[in-house]
Amino acid sequence: MSSAMIERIWNSIFETLYMVAVSGLISIAIGVALGVALYVTRPRQILAMPALNSVLSIIVNVGRSVPFIILALAIVPFTKLLVGSFIGNTAAIVPLTIAAIPFVARLIEGALNEVQPGLIEAAQSMGATPRQIITKVLLPEARGGIITGVTITFIALIGYSAMAGAVGAGGLGAIAINYGYNRYNSLVMLITVAIMVVLVQGIQMLGDYLVRRANHK
Amino acid sequence: MIKLENVSKIYGQGSGAVHALKPVDLHVPKGSITGVIGTSGAGKSTLIRCVNLLERPSTGRVLVDEQDLTALSESGLRKARHDIGMIFQHFNLLSSRTVFANVALPLELMGITKRDIRDRVLPLLELTGLSDKAASYPAELSGGQKQRVAIARALASRPKVLLCDEATSALDPQTTASILTLLRDINTQLGLTILLITHEMEVVKTICDQVALIANGELVETAEVGDFFTAPRTQLGRTFLNDYLELEPPRNLLERLLEAPGERTHPIVRLAFRGDTASAPIISRLSREFDIEVSILEARIEDIQGRTLGLMIAELMGPTAITQDVLTFLNKLDLHVEVLGHVQRND
Ligand SMILES: Nc1ncnc2c1ncn2[C@@H]1O[C@H](COP(=O)(O)OP(=O)(O)OP(=O)(O)O)[C@@H](O)[C@H]1O
Ligand SMILES: [Mg+2]
Repeated sequence: MSSAMIERIWNSIFETLYMVAVSGLISIAIGVALGVALYVTRPRQILAMPALNSVLSIIVNVGRSVPFIILALAIVPFTKLLVGSFIGNTAAIVPLTIAAIPFVARLIEGALNEVQPGLIEAAQSMGATPRQIITKVLLPEARGGIITGVTITFIALIGYSAMAGAVGAGGLGAIAINYGYNRYNSLVMLITVAIMVVLVQGIQMLGDYLVRRANHK
Repeated sequence: MIKLENVSKIYGQGSGAVHALKPVDLHVPKGSITGVIGTSGAGKSTLIRCVNLLERPSTGRVLVDEQDLTALSESGLRKARHDIGMIFQHFNLLSSRTVFANVALPLELMGITKRDIRDRVLPLLELTGLSDKAASYPAELSGGQKQRVAIARALASRPKVLLCDEATSALDPQTTASILTLLRDINTQLGLTILLITHEMEVVKTICDQVALIANGELVETAEVGDFFTAPRTQLGRTFLNDYLELEPPRNLLERLLEAPGERTHPIVRLAFRGDTASAPIISRLSREFDIEVSILEARIEDIQGRTLGLMIAELMGPTAITQDVLTFLNKLDLHVEVLGHVQRND
């Protein structure tokens, strides 16, 4: 393998990490807020707003049911408007983020669902405001589940980012498609896949470690 | 201190509506421990949750320290809740927080500074015997210790009232006893008014001053605990008490029991002696003065918060005319007599 190819692969690792990290952080920030909203606006919840809840839920379901490739192509005009181009790593962050937000939201909602209703009740009996219940009870008590959700999100984003390679972004996926697949270079294919496996494994181990540290159950 | 006026609760609407609480009036005097007792599904939790408006009553008013909670705004209610502590059957501690931080939670919610929080939490851990557990997490504690943390947490905001929803139902008898002692100590030391609900007569007997019996969402009987244990006024009260005391006539006698006296029958009576009215002298007096025999079928002594209560089931073996006189005589004494029925003489 040429040294140019090694450098290409090396750089592509950072491109992947860049896309995954940025889209991950943004989608988690928005997805956590959306997940909390999905939970607290349920009927009989602390900020019950059934109509809003249904609307949010439908939006999230629509977002989750569109395949990533279709989404990436469908929002090209929006991406162009936002980052000035629809090709490249930065441009890929837009569909990655949008695809991940509803995903994160449902995972967070699920994590909050695991919090015993009795804890909310106890906080209410102490005179907690809804905001205090969210920040002092729901989020801290769900943090194991939230970290699990974040881990799953980053891993999913590594997969999505590889697909982003098919629509003009860089990263490991692009290398695998352009060299491994289109030019029948099985060694390159093997190496990129191996790197992705290592990345996923690393994220999973880090996530598991953090969950263990967070849980005092 | 707590007054429920005409409080009712209906869950759901239309044909699926559940009348969990029929209109109820209850007064919990300042400084007292009042117990609400009832079977599962009677509406106990609904009742206690209406006191701090975790459940909003369908009708009626809830007054705590003369403040009508049902008339308050959301923020007014939150403020009022600082004066009402609550503990739960399953403790409801935050697993992500240490014991110290759990007790500190209500103070954080009130916006109290870190230093002041420390000054208030540490004495509470002392009071509840948890000083060495401050840095532990709830998962590392026993059930009894968890409930102590919950009690310390409920006391942190210095409430005037403590609500206990089946606080000892998840605990073994020994731990229950120690938690009840703690509640009694808090009641006397801090002058805290306590409203507790339970399905265990033992809890009522051990610490309550007043008891309210609830069934099918209705308060059937409210009485001083001493009075209730000697002379419950309602049939349900008697059933509850007898189930607890297990003081029923022997089975073979029950089968022979007649409702009305006949030509040749003996009355079966249940006697409850209060305080130091000793039972033995009365029995011998009956034999002496009325020339009848008294056959004791069941007898026991109960200790109700330091006061003695003697209970006895006996057959008055004599001619009907005389046993009538005996009953009149017994009714004049300071004891409670109840005729359970009559049995045929077998002579
Ligand atoms: N949120 C609710 N929605 C509908 N029905 C309810 C609700 N909560 C309670 N109920 C009903 O109200 C009645 C009284 O319930 P409650 O929980 O007050 O009983 P309880 O005396 O506390 O019983 P337990 O000893 O089993 O806790 C029951 O029939 C119950 O099914
Ligand atoms: Mg209950």
